[in-house]
Amino acid sequence: MSRRRLLSLRRDIPAPIFAAAGVLVPLVLLGLWWGVTALGLVRPLFLPGPGDVLAEGLRQAREGILWADASVSIYRITVGWLAATVLALPIGILMGNFRLIEGALEPLISTVRYMPVVALIPLSILWAGIGDGQKILILFLGTFFQQVLMVMDNVKTIDMNLIRAGQTLGFSNREILTRIILPAAGPGIWDTLRITIGWTWTYLVVAELVAANTGLGRRIMDAQRYLATDTILFGTLFIGFLGLLTDAAFKRTGRLLFRWTRR
Amino acid sequence: MLEIDAISKTFTVDRKAVPVLDRVSLSVAENEFLSIVGTSGCGKSTLLNILAGLEDASDGTVRIDGRPIRGPGRDRGVVFQGYSLFEWMTVEGNIRFALEKSDLPAAEKSERVAHFIAAVGLRGFERAYPAQLSGGMRQRVAIARALVYRPRILLMDEPFGALDAQTRGMMQELLLQVWEDHKVTVIFITHDVDEALFLSDRVVVLAARPGRIRREIDVPLPRPRAFDIVTEAPFMALKREILTEIRAETLRAMGQEAGA
Repeated sequence: MSRRRLLSLRRDIPAPIFAAAGVLVPLVLLGLWWGVTALGLVRPLFLPGPGDVLAEGLRQAREGILWADASVSIYRITVGWLAATVLALPIGILMGNFRLIEGALEPLISTVRYMPVVALIPLSILWAGIGDGQKILILFLGTFFQQVLMVMDNVKTIDMNLIRAGQTLGFSNREILTRIILPAAGPGIWDTLRITIGWTWTYLVVAELVAANTGLGRRIMDAQRYLATDTILFGTLFIGFLGLLTDAAFKRTGRLLFRWTRR
Repeated sequence: MLEIDAISKTFTVDRKAVPVLDRVSLSVAENEFLSIVGTSGCGKSTLLNILAGLEDASDGTVRIDGRPIRGPGRDRGVVFQGYSLFEWMTVEGNIRFALEKSDLPAAEKSERVAHFIAAVGLRGFERAYPAQLSGGMRQRVAIARALVYRPRILLMDEPFGALDAQTRGMMQELLLQVWEDHKVTVIFITHDVDEALFLSDRVVVLAARPGRIRREIDVPLPRPRAFDIVTEAPFMALKREILTEIRAETLRAMGQEAGA
């Protein structure tokens, strides 16, 4: 395989090469990181070596901190994202099908969507206290407004002729909604759910910024106080790792749910 | 038995009324194969949607056996321009779905589904999903789905427009076969003059902006028709006639555009 073949526009490349490239780049970065720290080019305060970060992770796992943090954070993310999803699905579907509901809600949601979630922390404390509810509320706010508009779009972009075909076959509006529109929009909506749970993960540190004792985000913020750079780095990488697992789980489930999209 | 009586349609674009169809009147006989040809923008798809009951006319009525139509109905089947299949259902599932609103006993439904799968040459693909099929096969599913509940009128909106020339020819022959076997009135929208002539008993040329009937041409070519008919003199003569009409119409429309 010549180099020109590998770098042709949009041309497919052998799967092993594709996978190897994805492993190679992180390995190179890891090697650079290791090299720079092992040679003492940067002070550990600014960038501890990969070994130190790994050791920090093992320490947290051994002492049970890691599991305690992760379970609390996963719980908050699951509840926050689920609450957003449970509301965003029906509202987004209605907005996508009825122009009146779209007209009534779209301007409001689009406005709120631009408000920085961090700025809502004081209000969230005032309204939801300082318990888990406040963290979940922040995660909800960061997810819902994006999600609902994306679901609306998933519904709106299905082929109008599918709906028309249902009408010519004698189906009622309700039947067309449940048996044509929803299955047709299904793969798109699933993708929206996958993407938005990624966004919920990115709001974790924001959610655990105030009045939290545990959580992966909290651990990172605490470490800032003691300049424990290894804890910061490990926490950040670990959140990324959990996000990657979530994404893979969604992709796999999607392939099972929507077998019919496969050629 | 299908009467289109002075149908007009006006759309509002940027608060301006744009006439799309202007008093289109046509009578279509039982079991007739009628094609409507015209340049793009002549409102032929809009006309088809009105016949299907999917859009309301601004003026005029469509009657079937003297009764005005109100909305879509199972006396009419529609094959759309794209493939418009239910991707999450198998070939069989798509066709069976069309029978769900009929009162037939289950056994007869299965028989009908099997019959139409065979009629469009899809035996062996019952359990395939649309994503696994070629364009021609997908459109065959759409035809079977529109015919399986035995509508009296089959409305087809440029159904073969997206297919390559060879597949298109095969599909035209298949459609004629199905039409001759199942006796149904067909209204076929296309911009392909060869296709219209090869298939039809009568070709209607629509003028553009607003769409109105410019010419009706009978096609007295003998049936059953084979593909090589398109190179024979009578076919060529009719083709020249229609192309002349369309050309004059296109020039007029371009002049109108340039003048506007």
